[in-house]
Amino acid sequence: MFSYCTDPAALSGLTWLSCYLTTGKHMALYWSFGTVLTLLAITAPTALALGFAGASAARSRIRPLSWLGKFYIAIVRGVPDIAFFLFFVIALDQGIEYLRHKVKCPDWSEPIRQGNDFVVCSAAKMPLSTASQWQHDVYGFALAVVTFAIVFGAFAANVLFGAMRAVPHAQIETAEAYGMSPRQAYWRVLVPQMWIYALPGLGNLWMVLIKATPLLFLLGISDIVYWARELGGAKTARFTDYPHPDWRMWYFLALLVFYLGFTKLSEMVLERLTRRLSHGQATAGGEALRKAAT
Amino acid sequence: MKNLILTTAALALTAGFAMADTVRLGTEGAYPPFNFLNDAGEIDGFERELGDELCARAELTCEWVTNDWDSIIPNLVSGNYDVIIAGMSITPERDEVIDFTQNYTQPDPSAYMVLTGNEGLDVTGAVIAAQTNTIQAGFVAEMGAPLVEFATPDETISAVRTGEADAVLADKSYLAPIAEENADLTLLERDELIGGGVGMGLRESDGELREKFDAAIQSMKDDGSLNTLIEKWEVGETF
Repeated sequence: MFSYCTDPAALSGLTWLSCYLTTGKHMALYWSFGTVLTLLAITAPTALALGFAGASAARSRIRPLSWLGKFYIAIVRGVPDIAFFLFFVIALDQGIEYLRHKVKCPDWSEPIRQGNDFVVCSAAKMPLSTASQWQHDVYGFALAVVTFAIVFGAFAANVLFGAMRAVPHAQIETAEAYGMSPRQAYWRVLVPQMWIYALPGLGNLWMVLIKATPLLFLLGISDIVYWARELGGAKTARFTDYPHPDWRMWYFLALLVFYLGFTKLSEMVLERLTRRLSHGQATAGGEALRKAAT
Repeated sequence: MKNLILTTAALALTAGFAMADTVRLGTEGAYPPFNFLNDAGEIDGFERELGDELCARAELTCEWVTNDWDSIIPNLVSGNYDVIIAGMSITPERDEVIDFTQNYTQPDPSAYMVLTGNEGLDVTGAVIAAQTNTIQAGFVAEMGAPLVEFATPDETISAVRTGEADAVLADKSYLAPIAEENADLTLLERDELIGGGVGMGLRESDGELREKFDAAIQSMKDDGSLNTLIEKWEVGETF
């Protein structure tokens, strides 16, 4: 990185550290922070949308739709995350490849399952085996987002389902008395008011999601915990210019600070959001705000 | 939106050409001198050089990927990469699930490493650390000694340092440089001969690719270039 880094063995103190912390490997660590943050930024809204759809479906008056919603919530909430991440991702990947195989290679005669092997024609591979590394990375990342969204969407659906029921029934009755259709009452009265009831549960989910990102490594994506372990492990002088003993403790300490800082920041944002959503609500929080204002 | 259309068009085009297939080589990247990540974050080591040379000889385009050791076989059979080249010893148990090429290292002696001053240790009754799913872990279990398993090689060494285990059993070529550079760690004199050497692992349905690599390994054995590599990286006896 810097011009004086050509012979690290001759360096010491801060100059050594500045070289050490800017090796390609460390760059990969810094980059993986971006990966984790991007994953959170994409997954959170997706999971929320999925949760909203699930909750709406579960309280629908159309029976099959309601069953579907409740089935989704029950199944995903019941399966352990780690099993879901190991099983579902491989199943999803193979499912996609199976469908592509059926469309692209209709005259393929060999079986797809050969003993332990899962064999599809090369045109059906996802991504194609000619694809470059970044395409593989993007595909793996997309699988991760989908899996995270499905898992956390089920929890979010349950939270929202509860929140929808917590809105005082008098609100809906009043809306109907004004002549609103059930659909109008749902969108104009129920949905805007339910968020304050959903927020504590959704806040919890967000905190759990932040800490669940190391599961990424199960999907073949190098996340921050992987790099911290890899970089912190003892290094002998034969294989690196920067030999050092076991430094995993320091790397994990840095991760601890990152995670704590991030959850603190999230708490502050959630706090403000709660205040905002409490305005005009018939809750203790809303009442306190009203009294403070007068 | 415009971008999206462009990328789709580009994808469709590349799909049309296709079929100069890339062979994906999967490795662990945490087991020097066989394979490790160098300071630049790239895969390096004996197997990196060997794999690149084999691909050149077999006239294949190859690409490297890293994968966790624990899931390295499941990801091979489900087709995420085509070859395992990760210091994996050929054993009958593994051979039931995947296929191996001929071995490209001699059966490497495994060694015990203990804290300096503890050389008189009797390994048959001691607590031994080994990496999960390795031939060494299987060997210790069979020997009847108490076994503690860890996911990465690094952790097995730490276990000896913290006293959680009395000794670690691993490939001698992995332990030797560590014992050399750390005054607090020493190798025992006793070696164990386990396994049938290291080979590349492939899917059982991939016979054609296996033959190509087999031939390439043979040609490197014949002209002595494999021995040069083995000496350079000190991964055991030459052929």
